[in-house]
Amino acid sequence: MTLTLETTDLKVRLRLADDWFTVCDLSVLLPGRGVAALLPDGRQAAVFADRNGRLYAIDNRDPFTGAAVLSRGLTGTHQGRPFVASPLLKQRFDLESGQCLDDETVRVTAYEVKAA
Amino acid sequence: MSTDTPTIVLIGHGMVGQRFLEALAERGLTATHRVVVLCEEPRPAYDRVQLTSYFSGRTPEDLSMTDPAFIEEHGIELHVGDPAESVDREARTVTARSGLVVGYDVLVLATGSYPFVPPVPNKDAEGCFVYRTIEDLLAIEEYARKSTTGAVVGGGLLGLEAAGALKGLGLTSHIVEFAPRLMPVQVDEGGGAALLRTIEEMGLTVHTGVGTQEIVVGEDGAVTGMKLSDGSELSTDLVVFSAGVRPRDQLARDCGLTVGERGGIAVDEQCRTVADPHVFAIGECALAADGRVYGLVAPGYEQAETAAATIAADEASFTGADLSTKLKLLGVDVASFGDAHGTAEDCLDVVYSDSRSGLYKKLVIGRDGTLLGGILVGDAEAYGTLKAFTGSVPPVSPESLVLPAGAGAPVQLGPSALPDDAIICSCNNVRKGTIREAVTEHRCTTVPEVKKCTKAGTTCGSCVKVLGQLINAELEASGVEVDKGLCACFSQTREELYEIVLALRITSFRDLLDRHGREAARGGDGCEVCKPTVGSIIASLAPTIGAGTHVLDGEQAALQDTNDHFLANLQKNGSYSVVPRIPGGEIAPEKLIVIGEIARDFGLYTKITGGQRIDMFGARVEQLPSIWARLVDAGFESGHAYGKSLRTVKSCVGQTWCRYGVQDSVRMAIDLELRYRGLRSPHKLKSAVSGCQRECAEAQSKDFGVIATANGWNLYVGGNGGATPRHADLLAQDLSDAELIRLIDRFLMFYIRTADRLERTSTWLERIPGGLDHVRDVVVHDSLGICDELEALMAAHVAHYRDEWAETINDPEKLARFVSFVNAPDTPDPVVAFVPERDQMKPDLPLLNIGLRPADEILEGSATR
Ligand code: SRM
Ligand SMILES: Cc1cc2nc3c(=O)[nH]c(=O)nc-3n(C[C@H](O)[C@H](O)[C@H](O)COP(=O)(O)OP(=O)(O)OC[C@H]3O[C@@H](n4cnc5c(N)ncnc54)[C@H](O)[C@@H]3O)c2cc1C
Ligand code: SF4
Ligand code: FES
Repeated sequence: MTLTLETTDLKVRLRLADDWFTVCDLSVLLPGRGVAALLPDGRQAAVFADRNGRLYAIDNRDPFTGAAVLSRGLTGTHQGRPFVASPLLKQRFDLESGQCLDDETVRVTAYEVKAA
Repeated sequence: MSTDTPTIVLIGHGMVGQRFLEALAERGLTATHRVVVLCEEPRPAYDRVQLTSYFSGRTPEDLSMTDPAFIEEHGIELHVGDPAESVDREARTVTARSGLVVGYDVLVLATGSYPFVPPVPNKDAEGCFVYRTIEDLLAIEEYARKSTTGAVVGGGLLGLEAAGALKGLGLTSHIVEFAPRLMPVQVDEGGGAALLRTIEEMGLTVHTGVGTQEIVVGEDGAVTGMKLSDGSELSTDLVVFSAGVRPRDQLARDCGLTVGERGGIAVDEQCRTVADPHVFAIGECALAADGRVYGLVAPGYEQAETAAATIAADEASFTGADLSTKLKLLGVDVASFGDAHGTAEDCLDVVYSDSRSGLYKKLVIGRDGTLLGGILVGDAEAYGTLKAFTGSVPPVSPESLVLPAGAGAPVQLGPSALPDDAIICSCNNVRKGTIREAVTEHRCTTVPEVKKCTKAGTTCGSCVKVLGQLINAELEASGVEVDKGLCACFSQTREELYEIVLALRITSFRDLLDRHGREAARGGDGCEVCKPTVGSIIASLAPTIGAGTHVLDGEQAALQDTNDHFLANLQKNGSYSVVPRIPGGEIAPEKLIVIGEIARDFGLYTKITGGQRIDMFGARVEQLPSIWARLVDAGFESGHAYGKSLRTVKSCVGQTWCRYGVQDSVRMAIDLELRYRGLRSPHKLKSAVSGCQRECAEAQSKDFGVIATANGWNLYVGGNGGATPRHADLLAQDLSDAELIRLIDRFLMFYIRTADRLERTSTWLERIPGGLDHVRDVVVHDSLGICDELEALMAAHVAHYRDEWAETINDPEKLARFVSFVNAPDTPDPVVAFVPERDQMKPDLPLLNIGLRPADEILEGSATR
């Protein structure tokens, strides 16, 4: 794994069990657009920033299709809550809880995330 | 042998069985009774009516009608894959294959039917199938892989569906029907003839009036053909029997219940078996009190409700049902309702028939003008309305109801004219009044809400259109303003937003949202509907309003749909396809070689598209820049296959080579494609240019199509292929090159300005007030005085066009997004993998299988916010 982290900028960190895992520079995140991060156990996270600079991270795999693409979806606000719409079949996921907004029986993992 | 709580045992978990369980639950019987279900198939109840949609991509999971939560909540004991083997009526027990013995107080048989297979020699040979269950489909699909021809025995409703499915699987398909016409039960001779013509045009071969005498097998015992009653032999690799169904009443026979002469478990009007008050039979296995076995789902549902009501000691009865059906067979609408064959005394027929276009409509009218029934083939738009009027005298003349729009009197009899007790959804027996109440009393405002509330529209779906009309009419009548806004963030339509962006020169989405969005949405992030829509408006107007002209410039990048964001088309496993532009479909050998080399070097799957160019599939996101660096180097540009923008301008070879050609269609196609490339629009734009009236380029199926004449060009607009094909309308004739281009400039810009999001020119043309005549007035006669502006907008687009990919590969900031992982840019996504197929490769689909996670299962590592 090539870790491209040299700047002293703020870093985006994900909570994995007890550790905070560093994902990238905060400046890399474009508001309203996601990035994918590879986690040490091989899982993938989709990391987002909204226009107010709040950060979110959920599992990157779209549970409806199996493809690791949630980071490439469009984000938005639905009744005050942030969501991402899968770029494949367009189901929306709440970015804070991972809950699918179009099928109450489905949810993806949500990670705690901070800039530090 | 009953325990304390009385037990209801249901044998058969098909569509009717499931409805019976729901009816039990609705009446509270699942709380007072133990309910045990024996289900023979390896999966719980699914939508058999939609079975064929499996071949158009619906998965067995999509077809399921059983919500595990429902079963669990109501404490239903569902034994999947465990059929009942015997019933002991004296001891009141049922024994299942697994050895399970269950005592019952009430037994309900809902065992459905089995497909009838005529007793011809070798009927069980390898390669012979029936068409009833998901397992049947899986087996057919598997066998079809090694077959080239398939034959269906039986030209009824199911036979046609099966034949369509075989055709969809890529087989040459035959239909063998003993009767002299197709669908003998539902349609009459005239309808059969219209159907036959349309079906043959689709490339299926129909043999009517002949029977199957023998299945011919090869040395290995597998099917090689069939012998027909006229002495001929048909060679085929696969046979599907679809010669009708028979009630599955064996279990009932074995335990001494009364069955009819031609099968079916005899029941009374309460659906109780005539022989034993503890036993009920419902659905296709039952011989109803009116002496008929119903092979449709709607009567079965009614029986399920009747049985449940009777068990709850409510009054209900099933005395018979009407056999109206509307189907889309192989894309052809076929409907019959009421007394379709005109058996009533003294009735009269009103017939409209146009076999050229495969239309046949017949209404059966009584002496006093009462509508008794009818048959519709080719166009069943009016089915919902007509069926609801059956039994009454319609408020307009019957002729006007069957004539096609434009011929004589095109009467649009809306559903609002219907009485309240007209049945709108016949599958679920929902009256118009119930739907109105859903809107007025239960505050439903959308089709999905009404579906949930009333069950209407949840089975075959043929009533959904009428549902939508009723809901809107009801909302409007009750003074609710139907919100025409784009989405939850904007109350304006796309057209209004376009005008705002243009007039106020707004170049930023946030600006637009914060100043013009709905109150609650201001300051937010927008949504997946408005972001790309506004992104597209800004892109269409970019040079004029002074926005960046690259779709990935600044904030614009965050608005784009995911395909535009990566300038490539996302595929199901997360890889991308790459489509370079090949203007007019003309390509020099050197460039073909370059495409071949690139595809080879990057290991991509290549395919000639339906748009006269080449698609390379399977590129990983991090490979896109290097692939495009080579393409750009060889002189290729983006093909915008990912954009809501100009796709292709197809051409025929035209005057230069073709003996009939009257103009240089290839040159014109190239000119048009280069002129309009990169133009962002409400939906994709397609075009074609044909060199003469023979129309080899299919220009009349395009958004703007051009056909050469001896004097110049004819311009057609509003054509569409796809799901709802539409022939284009002639906008202007015999145009010079310059006139042609000027008209197309104006037409496109007027469309971009006024269309809704994702509205192709075809639907736009049908929707806008005044239709084609209005558009012609505006763009040909300049009735609004805006043509100069429209032309100027297009001129600005053409002048500022630059290739998106060439710019992207030279811009490190834009390139930064093309990585697999932000923290491991070169590590390929492990889910994107490929396996070989037919000398190329395809996505490794099993790798994608992760299964859905239930919402309440808190997963390891998940945040507890
Ligand atoms: C590649 C191609 C099929 C092929 O292997 O030949 C194709 C592939 C797709 N088509 Fe198509 N269409 C392709 C030619 C067509 C044609 C034929 C034509 O253009 O002459 C049609 C009918 C003509 C028409 O559009 O009127 C066609 C009608 C559709 C439709 C239905 C549009 C409609 O108005 O009903 C969709 C769905 C949509 O756009 O909403 C669609 C959507 C799609 C999408 C974008 C579906 C998706 O979102 O994944 C497919 C993605 C392409 C990709 O990943 O590269 N495709 N599609 C063809 C690409 C042509 C090209 O070179 O650009
Ligand atoms: C391809 C296709 C298209 C159709 N299209 C339409 C349509 O457009 N409109 C329409 O109205 N109808 C249509 N039908 C007919 C419709 O599907 C049936 O009318 C409906 O499914 C009948 O429901 P049912 O519950 O009586 O029988 P089924 O759905 O057949 O269910 C019976 C179940 O009982 C099970 N069973 C049988 N014996 C036992 C046993 N001993 N123990 C346990 N389980 C047992 C069977 O395995 C089966 O799962 C179509 C059917 C097919 C096959
Ligand atoms: S449309 Fe006319 S000119 Fe073009 S290839 Fe066909 S026959 Fe020839
Ligand atoms: S008529 Fe079949 S779902 Fe309504």
